[in-house]
Amino acid sequence: MPETAVDIRALRKAYGATTAVDGLDLRAAAGEVTAVLGPNGAGKTTTLECLVGLREADAGTVRTLGLDPVREAAALRPRIGVMLQDGGLPLGARAGSVLRHIASLYREPRPVTDLVERLALADFLRTSVRHLSGGQRQRLALAVALVGRPELVLLDEPSAGMDPQSRRVVWDLVTELRGEGVAVLLTTHLMDEAEALADRVVVVDHGRAVARGTVAELTSSTGVVRLTVPGGLDAGALSRELGVPVRTSAPGQYVVEASGSPGLVTAVASACAAQNAQITSLDVGRRTLEDVFLDLTGRHLR
Amino acid sequence: MSAPASPARRVLAQTRFEARALLGRSEQVLLALVLPALALVVLAQTDAVELGLAGGPRIDVVAPGVIALAVLATSFTSQTIMTAFDRRAGVLRLLATTPLGPGGLLGGTVGGVLVVQVVQVAVLGGIALALGWQPHLGGVPAALIALVLATAAFTALALLLAGTLRAEAVLGLANLVFVLVAAGGAVLLPADRFPSPLAEIAALLPAGALGEALRSALGTGAFPTQHLGVLAAWALVCSLAARRWFRWF
Repeated sequence: MPETAVDIRALRKAYGATTAVDGLDLRAAAGEVTAVLGPNGAGKTTTLECLVGLREADAGTVRTLGLDPVREAAALRPRIGVMLQDGGLPLGARAGSVLRHIASLYREPRPVTDLVERLALADFLRTSVRHLSGGQRQRLALAVALVGRPELVLLDEPSAGMDPQSRRVVWDLVTELRGEGVAVLLTTHLMDEAEALADRVVVVDHGRAVARGTVAELTSSTGVVRLTVPGGLDAGALSRELGVPVRTSAPGQYVVEASGSPGLVTAVASACAAQNAQITSLDVGRRTLEDVFLDLTGRHLR
Repeated sequence: MSAPASPARRVLAQTRFEARALLGRSEQVLLALVLPALALVVLAQTDAVELGLAGGPRIDVVAPGVIALAVLATSFTSQTIMTAFDRRAGVLRLLATTPLGPGGLLGGTVGGVLVVQVVQVAVLGGIALALGWQPHLGGVPAALIALVLATAAFTALALLLAGTLRAEAVLGLANLVFVLVAAGGAVLLPADRFPSPLAEIAALLPAGALGEALRSALGTGAFPTQHLGVLAAWALVCSLAARRWFRWF
């Protein structure tokens, strides 16, 4: 059993009448990437803030690297690296001077040049933070989080505002940290990010965990058949015909919620033929994390 | 694996960072050095403003007042605005998760202000000396005490405002206070040039008390017990209030 880096039990945190976290249990281990996946307002950021001592729990226990994050903050701070959702970088300072300044707070920081190279910061080191793009700020914020060689890295929505190239760079770096034995806890509402990075996923909604496990465990329960019908079809009629749920994932995209046996595929094809619906692709496979997530957290907008 | 630098090194690093932030922007340099230097030259060399002096060179009255004004600009106005916007951008939250922590952040903030004030006193004092200022050397210790107490009061007041109000409100309020106090607060000009009861009120406010203390100490070599007492009281009350109500995020 790997060493526990994060141990949250029955955490509760309310702001006035609004309950942000409502009895959450969460654990994260060294050498693993743990993704806290949930819709906006699920309590992800509040949980992270309690872990780093920015907020105090109303009830429950929070242990970060075995320490009480509020009472033992001075011992904890040097051992964690934090990337907040709003960045928190001083807007008037140049990117390079921010990174060097944070590095100077540690005895043996990671070499700044190493991070500059890995996160491709060289082009904007002399630019003030105010004038950086969203993706550049996020990369700088990640460098700031990592410069102190943390044992636990906490990333709140790390790839928000990033272009695909930047995201790839961040994902590679996170994977490398895991290999070095660092515990990584990240919050995200991006399924592909959780699928690509996470050893373990905790799905959070309304301030509590609604599912947890590896991506494989969460997605292996049943299969699905995905089909694309650009001209559209009557999903209700198809569902009645097949006797299984059918949902429209996007215009012209349908998901039949059942394992894709040869019999089912034949039935789907003949039902489409009856509706005179032209199928351009048909895919038999596992449920994705997104399927699981939408089932658990509902489909309404928040 | 990960280990923090020593507390002294962390506070020094933050001091350097804050001082660069205060002196690294043109609008800050304008407020901290250029405007006070202009005020010094104009008030001392021209009769544009009637000082109503009984005698003695104008520069002996003007120099302490301009230094007091510059200290107010840095440790109150600039610091309030900078802290308020840093707080809104989440900078204080992020720094609170680094080895610096809240204590180091406070130490670095005060340190940064003190560094800038050393530069201000050196530059403005140098110009004043070049213009013929002859400060009373016996009053230098009392003047230094006044500067330290005033810095403590102004910085605590800055943190109190920045830590409790919205950034836009702070921006307006800090500038308004600066203009009102500069014009009528017995900072640039002695309190007895103002009508009663403005003169008495101004001398009880920290900016006026600093101006009066500097003029008294450097002009006559006296020990301005009353003005230093006023400054100490403000420093104490503002520090306690900031400690009670300041929120990092």
